[in-house]
Amino acid sequence: MTDKHMSTQFDAELSGVSTRVLEMGGVVESQVARAVYALTQFSSEVAAEVLATEARVNATEVEIDRDLSTIIARRQPTARDLRLLIAISKTIANLERVGDEAARIARTVQRLVNSGVSSRMRLPVNDLAYESELAVAQLRKALDAFARLDVDRAVEVLKADDLIDQEFEGCSES
Amino acid sequence: MDAKVNLPVTEKPKLSVRHLDFYYGGFHALKNITLDIPERRVTAFIGPSGCGKSTFLRTFNRMYELYPEQRATGEILIDGTNLLTTKEDVSLIRARIGMVFQKPTPFPMSIYDNIAFGVKLFETLPRIEMDERVEWALKKAALWGEVKDKLNQSGSGLSGGQQQRLCIARGIAIKPEVLLLDEPCSALDPISTGKIEELIHELKTDYTVVIVTHNMQQAARCSDYTAYMYLGDLIEFGSTTDVFMRPKKKDTEDYITGRFG
Repeated sequence: MTDKHMSTQFDAELSGVSTRVLEMGGVVESQVARAVYALTQFSSEVAAEVLATEARVNATEVEIDRDLSTIIARRQPTARDLRLLIAISKTIANLERVGDEAARIARTVQRLVNSGVSSRMRLPVNDLAYESELAVAQLRKALDAFARLDVDRAVEVLKADDLIDQEFEGCSES
Repeated sequence: MDAKVNLPVTEKPKLSVRHLDFYYGGFHALKNITLDIPERRVTAFIGPSGCGKSTFLRTFNRMYELYPEQRATGEILIDGTNLLTTKEDVSLIRARIGMVFQKPTPFPMSIYDNIAFGVKLFETLPRIEMDERVEWALKKAALWGEVKDKLNQSGSGLSGGQQQRLCIARGIAIKPEVLLLDEPCSALDPISTGKIEELIHELKTDYTVVIVTHNMQQAARCSDYTAYMYLGDLIEFGSTTDVFMRPKKKDTEDYITGRFG
């Protein structure tokens, strides 16, 4: 049984929108890593880069959403095609929120630097770096699971979420 | 209704229709139609039965001339010439503007002769060039692989979907500029329909395609521009994405969302 549609156009549209989601995920992943780096280094410059990229992330969500609507209107997808498009719609909304969180971290860095507080602060840099790596790895794994449509990998992400929650609580208490 | 001609500036019109009226005796079937059909794009006409879409299609190649009580007024311009009033032989017009009908209509002859028949009316080709033309047309219609070993067999022996692709091959063998498709998939099963829709997508690189369909989802899938007609009027014309996402007229939206009637 082939996985291709009779319409090569339809296949191209579906793979095109999936590719754009993965590209958006890559940018968001980088945003998180850069924002945490800005925090641990108190780098206003890196924070500014993150903020400059935020608009692009938001615009990408709008563009992909428009493409999804067009595909639904023109192709009347059913079954797994429809589920894929609905899943993509939810995914890009979540990616955009991740992007927002990265931007918030970057704004926090800029406030700390501008207020002069940063020179007196001692952050638990190692803990922050470790936790951000866990979070970014989760995001990367989730995107990878989507790219391969790998259910097992997706389940691993869900299970690992508890570990991150524990780490976060531990860090908050200390 | 005189709808605005609203092609984007990047599109060149192949056929320009201006103030077209059509009458079946005393019945006013098409009312003051004005629009441009863009070149090398697929333009679909949708609308309920009796809206005039097939009537409109048949004005492009003057099929109505077969019936004395039918007449058209106005202009249909192709390269500046008005098709409705030109003194040019109507057969030559039909060589430039080919038509495929709803019911597959293979001639009662071999597959090869089905294709060659039309070509012979307009060109004198040596055998080897005719063979090449037949093969080219059948390949273009995505039928060559299925019939190359039985070109001498009757066209009527093919399945419905194959017969329709044979009719498309026959139409393009004489190298027209425009292809008119009048509900080409109505008599076909979904898989044959899918193959024809895929073929339409490929044909538009070389031909201007105008398709009439009562299946609006087909128009959504395979056309670049869509025109909605109702009771002889052109209600709306625009890019298919715009018509199916954000139609300008409530009547259009009511029809495509199934709130009609």
